[in-house]
Amino acid sequence: MILRAERRELGSCRAASLILTQSACVLALSFCVTACALAQTSAVDEIAKYRAALQDGNPAELWEARGEDLWKQKRGPKQVSLEGCDLGLGPGIVKGAYTRLPMYFADADRVMDLETRLVWCMVTLQGYNESEAKKQPFGNGERKSDIEALVAFVTSTSRGMPMNVALKHPKEVEMYQAGEKIFSYRGGPHDFGCVTCHADEGKRIRLQDLPNLTTREGAQKAYTTWPAYRVSQGELRSFEWRLYDCFRQQRFPELLFGSDASIALTLYLARNANGAIFDAPAIKR
Amino acid sequence: MKSPLISATIITIGVSACVTAASNEEISSKAAAMLKSSFKANGQATLDRLDQDATQHLCSEFAGKAPPRDVAQKIEALNLATVKYPTDGNLLGDWKNGEKIAQEGRGKQFSDDPAGPVGGNCYACHQLSPQELSYGTIGPSLYQFGKLRGYGPETQRYAYGKIYNPDAYAACSNMPRFGHNGILSEQQIKDVTALLMDPASPVNR
Repeated sequence: MILRAERRELGSCRAASLILTQSACVLALSFCVTACALAQTSAVDEIAKYRAALQDGNPAELWEARGEDLWKQKRGPKQVSLEGCDLGLGPGIVKGAYTRLPMYFADADRVMDLETRLVWCMVTLQGYNESEAKKQPFGNGERKSDIEALVAFVTSTSRGMPMNVALKHPKEVEMYQAGEKIFSYRGGPHDFGCVTCHADEGKRIRLQDLPNLTTREGAQKAYTTWPAYRVSQGELRSFEWRLYDCFRQQRFPELLFGSDASIALTLYLARNANGAIFDAPAIKR
Repeated sequence: MKSPLISATIITIGVSACVTAASNEEISSKAAAMLKSSFKANGQATLDRLDQDATQHLCSEFAGKAPPRDVAQKIEALNLATVKYPTDGNLLGDWKNGEKIAQEGRGKQFSDDPAGPVGGNCYACHQLSPQELSYGTIGPSLYQFGKLRGYGPETQRYAYGKIYNPDAYAACSNMPRFGHNGILSEQQIKDVTALLMDPASPVNR
């Protein structure tokens, strides 16, 4: 417990110094842009420096610590911990599990990503009903998400390990193929699909670089850096959140948490990232 | 809407017979069914947004790459027929309003107020006025658009038509069909056309 307290304090200190660094950078940046009328390439350089400064300390550690507590606590109507939860490598094995997900689970007869599997364990082991377990998939200000904390904890134990997603079971193959199709599916009032922003090299929205997710390198770089602490939101964001918010900006309806489309896209990208070293929870703008 | 849908089906059958195996169609329809069960309506973003029109359906088959020439020509003809020019014949509005529309990123998302502003968000993908340093590169730079191409009526018609329905000129463009899909009003399209075509616009200075 002492260790835990120290870890938290370290986390808050890092968060405070991070905010200072960040404000200094933003100030410096806006001064230069307005006063010096910097060329656009210099603005991009400044943003690169800001991103580098962010790597100093990552408040994601706070989510990881809370997630570890949630994993070990006896919770729910059945008052049991999640330590018996099978994330694919056997009950209770957390380390490395994320590098194999999404995968087919025979007990559920379904391909599941990490978030869906956590909900499954909360229902089957802890006795929550499904809507209770899913009620706060993403944090929102004061209302923090238990799922995002658990995601932070579980993924953090895979840091440094290579992505290794198999397509063995026919349902895994089917999901991967569906994910590939959904990636190309254009719709809504703007005709947008994932491909609109993520099928070309070296493109930006405003000043934000866009990964080309149709190449192995692009998928590897992007997938291995989620989940991430988003400085602009003060929240740790899971991969399901990343997809949810992409579809919002695509002008699609609201992506359902734990839906097949979400899992299919995740499997498509995770599999394409195979071989790359997982390096998250990360920190992003 | 019926006849483009029917022709799309015919074109799709043609394309899949020539280019891909039958199972590709099965995977596509499975994916479409999966999408239908994976979203819920939220405010203005209703579930019918998942239903594709002929152009969206055809363009989804090429994974973000340009379609083969014959398919592209069909898509372009289909979309060119939709372009409606203003009845008063005047294509240029106020470039200052055009600049605001080009900056405005809100509109049509479930998180947006349905009664609030709807913009073109042009800067997300294009360079326009040189004063704006924060521009994207998904589309080409439009800096000096009119100055480089001339300010004549044909270029005005092209600029207006391109904003109204870009797929009329380049099949499966990444750019939204702002007029055809009712994102921007006729007046807003005139204003953005002026941003590109008015000699006094910062784009051409």
